[in-house]
Parts: sequence; structure tokens; C-alpha cells
Amino acid sequence: MGKLSLIIKREYLAKVRNKSFVVMTFLSPILMVGMVVLIVYLTKINDNEIRTIGILNESNYFSTDFQGTESNSFVKFKGIGLEAAKDSIQKMGFYGLLYIPNEQDLEQVASRSFFYSKDAPGSSLLNNLENVFKDRLRLQRLQKLGVSVSDFESVDNNFEIKTATFTGEQNLKGITEIKAFIGGAFGYLIMMFIIIYGGFVMRSVIEEKTTRIIEVIISSVKPFQLMLGKIIGTSLAGVTQFAIWIISAFVMFGVLILVFDIDPSALNSGAGNTPGLIGGAAYVAASDSAMQLYANELFRIPWIMLICFFVIYFVLGYLIYSSIYAAIGAAVDNETDTQQFIFPIILPLMLAIYVGFFSVFNNPHGPIAVGFSLFPLTSPIVMLMRLPGGIGEGGVPVWEVAVSILLLMITFIGIVWLAAKIYRVGILMYGKKPSYRDLLKWLKY
Amino acid sequence: MNNILVAKEVSKQFGSHIALNKVSLEIPKNSIYGLLGPNGAGKTTLIRIINQIIYPDQGSIYFDGKPLQAQHIAKIGYLPEERGLYKSMKVGEQALYLAQLKGLSKSDAKIRLKYWFDRLEIGDWWNKKIQELSKGMAQKIQFIVTVLHEPKLLIFDEPFSGFDPINANLIKDEILQLRDKGTTIIFSTHRMESVEELCEYIALVHQSEKILDGKLSDIKKAYKNNIYKVGLGVQSANGLLEDLKDKFEILSSEYLDGGSQLNFTVQLPSDDTGPFLSHLSGKANVNNFMETIPSANDIFIRTVQSK
Repeated sequence: MGKLSLIIKREYLAKVRNKSFVVMTFLSPILMVGMVVLIVYLTKINDNEIRTIGILNESNYFSTDFQGTESNSFVKFKGIGLEAAKDSIQKMGFYGLLYIPNEQDLEQVASRSFFYSKDAPGSSLLNNLENVFKDRLRLQRLQKLGVSVSDFESVDNNFEIKTATFTGEQNLKGITEIKAFIGGAFGYLIMMFIIIYGGFVMRSVIEEKTTRIIEVIISSVKPFQLMLGKIIGTSLAGVTQFAIWIISAFVMFGVLILVFDIDPSALNSGAGNTPGLIGGAAYVAASDSAMQLYANELFRIPWIMLICFFVIYFVLGYLIYSSIYAAIGAAVDNETDTQQFIFPIILPLMLAIYVGFFSVFNNPHGPIAVGFSLFPLTSPIVMLMRLPGGIGEGGVPVWEVAVSILLLMITFIGIVWLAAKIYRVGILMYGKKPSYRDLLKWLKY
Repeated sequence: MNNILVAKEVSKQFGSHIALNKVSLEIPKNSIYGLLGPNGAGKTTLIRIINQIIYPDQGSIYFDGKPLQAQHIAKIGYLPEERGLYKSMKVGEQALYLAQLKGLSKSDAKIRLKYWFDRLEIGDWWNKKIQELSKGMAQKIQFIVTVLHEPKLLIFDEPFSGFDPINANLIKDEILQLRDKGTTIIFSTHRMESVEELCEYIALVHQSEKILDGKLSDIKKAYKNNIYKVGLGVQSANGLLEDLKDKFEILSSEYLDGGSQLNFTVQLPSDDTGPFLSHLSGKANVNNFMETIPSANDIFIRTVQSK
């Protein structure tokens, strides 16, 4: 045990003292925050551009309806023909021309109106213009039907069917997706961690081979101890790095929000279209109460259970993959030879993520989701996407979790055993680039 | 119990390649034991088995009378031929780490390292990184790390490679002193002159088998073949050489000093030199008469080539 902790300590220190590691650790959050600031800034610039639009209104309607907004201003033309108006729009560098013809009926006016511009106009601009027409048309149609606006608003309803499980628990629309997304975030974290720090383990093994210190060390400790110490030490360095990232991200966002006075909700604006004149208030109110329900639902996600399983799947999954990385590092002499071996490792990881996002989101308990959450090379990611729905009634059946973890453990023991064998032989092999057949042969040594 | 290490019929196979075939060795305590053999003969495999890096398929190894076990690692020091250190780690830190892996406590390791660093006059390297050192400097560190835990058995695989002649001598003296303090040393090398100089015992491994072992002086005795170098003072070329050629097997001959000195080598039928010397008496002055002893180099080449 003493030797193992010595190795872990050395590997950890060697990693965290490494200059590029330090730079990565402290630069990444700055880069990330910088990106967000840049995006917000660019969005603002984009919004600040005011498009001037000419209106040639020959009708008797809409005389006061087009009001300038933050992004549009309107210039009214009078007493010139359509072609002349188009000409002057282009000469003055305006964005476009809205032509409203003179017809008797509003319906006809609307249907014959045209928008001219140099390039195809953006959809938000068109929406704005269309909303003006829509509101006016709706009002007129209501009048024709003899319905008052207030009556219409009272008729308008926003019906959603309420759903519940058989035991009477209320479900919320979209909560399945939200839950899967939370699980997906965990799964994604595992994948990123495996790819980044598995690679570190591999390079560290290659370094020991190329500096030829390996034989000195394994005359003092067992190769398996060295491999295990390396994996644990490197992952502790990884956990440190992740912790620094998460903490500094929070700190920097806090600072940014205070200093630059950025409204955090601005970051996710543009998701919904601005509602029209009618029914807007109702929409907002409805979404508020829904938010409350969703928040309640999120609090009801079994976080402690989820975090426990995250730790289990994370540890087992990471150990399986990083021992494969260690074996690859031992088999080759330099990093360029690793490509052919790395692809088969990345494949199940990518598969897990894609299957997770496409299949588990739609149906967390479908056959594909179940299959991939049992298969040990994908289960750490896929099962975590299913678990926020809970275990047992209405969630993942207990036997599936048990089988999945059992399979993962068996695979863990098997893979680590195989990887240790390849590692043991590989670290003393120099010169030739091994093939898969060589690796098989080494297992028999 | 006079052997620190005994190997009994050790065999090891890698796939279809037989690396060692029933090799038996007895390495006496407190000796320098040369492990010789051409490239690929199986020396490194044998050394790795002694270090428990790999395990034999058959046969057994005894260390100090007991079957070789994991705890014996602390009593063996190994300087591999393929050696190196962590490039970006500091010298002192690295030496401490490797010493602790061999089972020394940190404080013990520090004291001993200080002793060795002063002894080899490299005390000011402690905080340097290995990548700042020359190859020879790094080799010194490597040597210290190998002997630091005062093992009973030291295994050196080509210890002098990478050293300039001055430092090679320094290391050679250190090895001799370690031997004098009671350490047994297995010495694997291709440099026959250092075998000649250092080794009391040798074993020759060729094509996965041990083909020769024992005390170097005994082996030399066994390999001498009654060839003698003779120097005669003669008056003139008076037919003496022709006469000798008739009666004995003369391998080579030459006249020196204008014909007054005849040097030749002769192969005698047995180690009884009486008949030859009495034949010479009265015919010439015998200036020198010397038996040729085969060098380790000769023995190596003759044994390997005869197989």
C-alpha cells in the first residue's frame, strides 16, 4: 500500500506541476467566459443595428400602426409611384420597402401588400410586419362576427392534458426531457473525463517507456501497482482541474454579472417569439406557474441517489477505459502509433452519447435505451441519462440497475486484468509497432 | 549457503521463442559474477527473472537459500541496460522517490543520498532537472539510486556505457568497494577487458542455454592448450629452426635483431615441457619461455563459435 500511495503522489504532482496543465487549468475558464462575453456583446451589436424601412401606403388603413422599434425605424413615402419609391429606397441605402396598395377591403389590402428588399429579409423583421397585419385583420374579423375583444380573450384558452402515473403522481410535459438532459450532462462529463484524462494516462505510460525509466521502476514495484497508481494519480489531478474549472466558472460569472451588469436571462433569450398583442399576459402568467411546477419537479429528482450512482458509474467506467488507455500506451513507442487503437475506444463512447441524446430522450425505457444501459462499455453514460427519472416505480427497474452495475463490475475486472497483462509485456517491448495479433500473443506470455 | 543466488533449471518461453532453456546458476556470495553471452542469448531475460519483472515457466530461483519472493526486491539492486529517469523531475526528488520505492524511509534515503552525492561530488545537482544534465551525469544518479538501499545483490547490465574513461574508472572503483563490503555483484557486459579485470566467476549463455560457468581462473586453466611462447638467443641461422620444425609443431616464428633473436610459438603435445626444454639445452640460450593463457575474449569467441 505504501508503494501505491507513493506512485499516486508522484503521478499527481508530476501532472499538476506540468506547465501546460497549469496553463490549461487557469486559461480555460477565462477563455470560456470570454466566449460568452463575446457572444453577448456580438448579439447586442446585432440588435443595435437599426434597419430603416420605407412604407409606401396607398390604402386607408395602417396609417398609425407602424411604429419604430429598437431595431426598425419606418419612413413614410407619399405621392410617388412604386418604382420611384423603390429607386429612392436603394439610393438612400434603406433596408427595404413595404408596399401597401389601395384596395377597398382590408383583406384585399393585406393579401396584395408586398415587401421589397435587396436581399431576402430576416424572419424576425417579417414577423414584426406580419404581426401588425394579423392584429389588424383579427380585430376586423372579430368586429364582423360581432365579438368584442374582451370576449375573444376569454375564449382563448391554452389547454394541456394533464398526465399522471398510475400511482397518482402528476407528470409535467417535457420533464422527461429535462431529466434526461440532466443525466446527459452527467454522462457527457464522464465521456469528456475519460477522453481527456485517459489520454493523459496513455501519454504518461509512453513517457516512461521512451525515457526508459520503466525497467528501473518495475524492478521495485509490480507493473500492476504502477499502472493503478498512474491511473489514480492522473484522475485525482483531473478531479482537481475540474473542481478549479467549476469554482472559477462560478466566480467569474458572478464577477461578470456584477461588473458588466449582464442580465443572465438575456443569455437564453430568443427562445420564444414575442407573443402578439392578445394573450401575452396570459402566456407569461401561465409560464410562471409552470416554472414553479418544474422547479418543484426538479427538486423532487433524487439528487443524492443520482450523485451516488454517478460516482459508481464514473469510477467503474473511468477505470475500465483508462486501463485500456494505459495498455495502449504500453504497447506503442510513440503517440503517433496510438491512432489505430484509440478509435475503437472512442467509438462506444460516441455511440453512448448519440444513442443517449436521440433515443433515451424520447423513450427512456425503450429497448434501445435498456440495451445500451446494460452494455458495460456504454452503460456509464446511458444509464445516467435514464436515472434522473428515479429507480423502481415509474423509473428504471431495480433489476436493470443491478444487472448493469454487475456487468460493469465483471467487465471492469476482466478488462483491467487483460490490460494489465498487455501493459506488463508491452512496457518492455521496444522497436516495432504492434498489431492486434501481437497484443493477443502477449496475453499468453 | 555460500551462494547468494541459485537458479535451478530455469526455462522461459515467449510464444514460440525459447528465451531460456533449463539454465542453472550458482552465484557465490561476495563475488563479482560475469554473466556473458552474445546479443539475444537470454541474459536480459534471466536478469529480469531474478528481479521478478517476469516469471519463469519452469525451474526455481533461491535467494540466500530461500525461494525468491516479493520481499527480496528490497535486497536486490538492478541497473538495467535500457535505463533512464523522468526528464522533467528534479534530481533529488527523483532519487528520493526511487529510493522509497525500494523500501527506504524518506529520512534514511535523504541521509544516504547526501552521503553519495558528496562522495561523487554532485551535491549541487539536487534541484536540477534531469533534462538539464548530460548523459554521463544522469548515469551517475542512476548508479547511486541502484546502490542506495545497500542491496545484498547488485545486478549491473553494461554499467560503464555512457561514461567517459575517468568516470568509468570511478564507477569501477565503487563497484570493487561494494564487493569488499560484502555485496555480491552480477555483471553483464560485452566488454571483455572489464570482465578480465573484475570478474571472479563467469557464466556464458548462448542461444538460451548456459554453455559454460565457473571460476574464471579455472576456466582459463581448462582452456589453455599447451601453447608456449619461446625466445631464443642464437649465433646465426644455423638450421635450428628447421630442426625444431621437424620435431615440434611450430605455429609461428620470426628472427629479430639481425638474426640473433629467434621468437616462436610452439604447440606441445602435453603440459610436460621437459622433453622440449631438454631438446633445446646446449643448442641455444633460452631468453624467455612462457605459457599462453587464453583471454576471456578468446574463451568467449571459441566457445560461442564452436556451438
